[in-house]
Amino acid sequence: MSAANELTAAQRDDLRTVAAMIIPASDEYKVPGADDPVIQADMLATLGRDTAQVMQALDHLACLAGKPVAELDAARRDEVAREFRATGGGPAATLVRVVLQCYYRDDRVLRSLGLELRAPFPKGHVLEEGDWSLLDPVKARPAKLRRAP
Amino acid sequence: MNDPVDVLIIGAGASGAAVAWSLAETKMHILCLDQGGWMKPSEYPSTGRDWEAKFYGDWSTSPNIRGRPEDYPINDDNSPIKVVNFNGVGGSTVMYTAHWPRLHPSDFKVKTLDGVADDWPIDYDTLVPFFEENDRMMGVSGLSGDPLSPLTHPPMPPQPLGLSGPLIGKAMNKLGWHWWPSDTTVATMDYEGRARCINLGHCTPACAQGAKASTDITYWPQAIRAGVELKTHCRVREILTNEHGMASGVVYYDRDGVEQFQPVEVVIIACNGVGTPRLLLNSVSGRFPNGLANSSGLVGKNLMFHPYAQIYGFVKEPTDSNRAPPTCLWSKEFYDTDLSRGFVRGYGIQFGRGAGPVFEAVASEQKGILPWGADHHRVFRKLNGHRLAVSAICEDLPEEHNRVTLDPVLKDSHGIPAPKIDYTISENSRKVMEHGLARGREILETAGATDICINNPIPWGGWHLLGTARMGTDPARSVVNEWGRSHDVKNLFIVDGSVFVTSGGVNPTSTIQAIALYVADQMKQRLANLFD
Repeated sequence: MSAANELTAAQRDDLRTVAAMIIPASDEYKVPGADDPVIQADMLATLGRDTAQVMQALDHLACLAGKPVAELDAARRDEVAREFRATGGGPAATLVRVVLQCYYRDDRVLRSLGLELRAPFPKGHVLEEGDWSLLDPVKARPAKLRRAP
Repeated sequence: MNDPVDVLIIGAGASGAAVAWSLAETKMHILCLDQGGWMKPSEYPSTGRDWEAKFYGDWSTSPNIRGRPEDYPINDDNSPIKVVNFNGVGGSTVMYTAHWPRLHPSDFKVKTLDGVADDWPIDYDTLVPFFEENDRMMGVSGLSGDPLSPLTHPPMPPQPLGLSGPLIGKAMNKLGWHWWPSDTTVATMDYEGRARCINLGHCTPACAQGAKASTDITYWPQAIRAGVELKTHCRVREILTNEHGMASGVVYYDRDGVEQFQPVEVVIIACNGVGTPRLLLNSVSGRFPNGLANSSGLVGKNLMFHPYAQIYGFVKEPTDSNRAPPTCLWSKEFYDTDLSRGFVRGYGIQFGRGAGPVFEAVASEQKGILPWGADHHRVFRKLNGHRLAVSAICEDLPEEHNRVTLDPVLKDSHGIPAPKIDYTISENSRKVMEHGLARGREILETAGATDICINNPIPWGGWHLLGTARMGTDPARSVVNEWGRSHDVKNLFIVDGSVFVTSGGVNPTSTIQAIALYVADQMKQRLANLFD
């Protein structure tokens, strides 16, 4: 039996299915889908304060689907997904955000995007100065500051 | 009972830190109470791989989402703009973009110039020495000589333009509109013990490098060395008064939740435009049945936010994304009143350099421009790292129906009634916002941006909490006088954004701190007859 703050097996299945609908795997970009086991494990391990909202979203999804989402045919699945996003409100938005935030910190995904696999601190980033001559026309403007008489 | 102190400051944020530092030279016994604690930079979001995810939870700008023990809940259901803040030593300077414009001279005289709202009882020139002192203390970077802004003398050079700056600059030049590198409190070189910016990019939810000025690393170390005492995790419930109508002390809960009484000679409130009226309205007595310092009935009224009208799009060229401080340029092209536009007053523009991948994915999916399914990857690669943003910071005029009251039900973790916000965006502000969006669209299209989206207003954009204990010379029309002292309670001062009479069209923290230093200076000059 699942604890009250943990997703049931059916909810985990639906989460995995909907995650793959949001971001499927791609051979072209050489990236996993959001249903990848490592990414799914990250979602479940870090749900934390989002757990209740995600559970609510999955309940809503289950209501719309009437059975496990994976068992729907492709057309019906797309229809349910559209309705879920349109009517799911804050909980649906939270579920989607959880999927996206775990997907876009996965090493394989970041590598595919050309991003470094690290926290911003302590290395930071190098920022180029840019072309300061662009400011010359603005510098040439007369100074104007509105004041009370 | 605690030993009496000469001066008690409530709140260790932007204004509380500044006033504490300034008054320290008097050698009075000065105590500051803050409901939060000292920050730990090693725990800041940018130190971890999950740095973006934290912005949606423990490091949200919204106290209602964040829900740290130091936070208090705010009922802002009846407001299209939600309050954002941070509670702890440094206050909201821990969690801000470090954009550092000043109010303009015209902002202090809106009645005289435009026939709306009220003039301030002080003017810009009075504050100039305090702006300058504050810029040195906070450590400001920027470029002197902006033709459309008050003259400043930043001690550090401006942030690099990076990739995004030239894209914006070229578009603005093509349109013939003003733009300029922003003054910011991001250190661009090592400064007074602070390390220079290394472009962590995720500036708003605290700077792990310490390059962004927050008062826990600027004013407070100096104030404490000068003898000011700061007690953390102490939440003030109410201010008590004596038979003479003077503040006699405060009741607060210490870090163990134990109720304490702190006797005082002088109280200075520095709790921001929501926290300050909340405290005053919670300080009810037989003599002050409508809340302390509220004979005018204006405590909590005239709340001003700065509605943010934001428009953004995506260019073909790469932008700085999360690899730079988010703000670097401003424009004052539409700052002053031009009645041909159909509204009074105006707005500043704050340009945004971009966003990180998680933020981009979440925001773009919500806007419907990042699809689910097979095309997700192609579209995301088109959007990510290509965002440019234009935000119009619209001047909000004071209206009494925009207000902070006490929620009849909601309470904080100590059982203290929470603030309730009732706020609507005025017709004039709506017109200002629409104008800002239209000009923003021109800018973005000139820069070649597509997939344009708007946030009108930015919902979680209530950073600037102003006007709820306004200053003035008439006790019937203001809460504090022209040097920050309560009209009703002669040993009670307010130094935060509550005292603003009007809001201007720029981020207010620089002006808030200049006012705090000015009030401190006035107090020092009047120590012999402070209560007369």
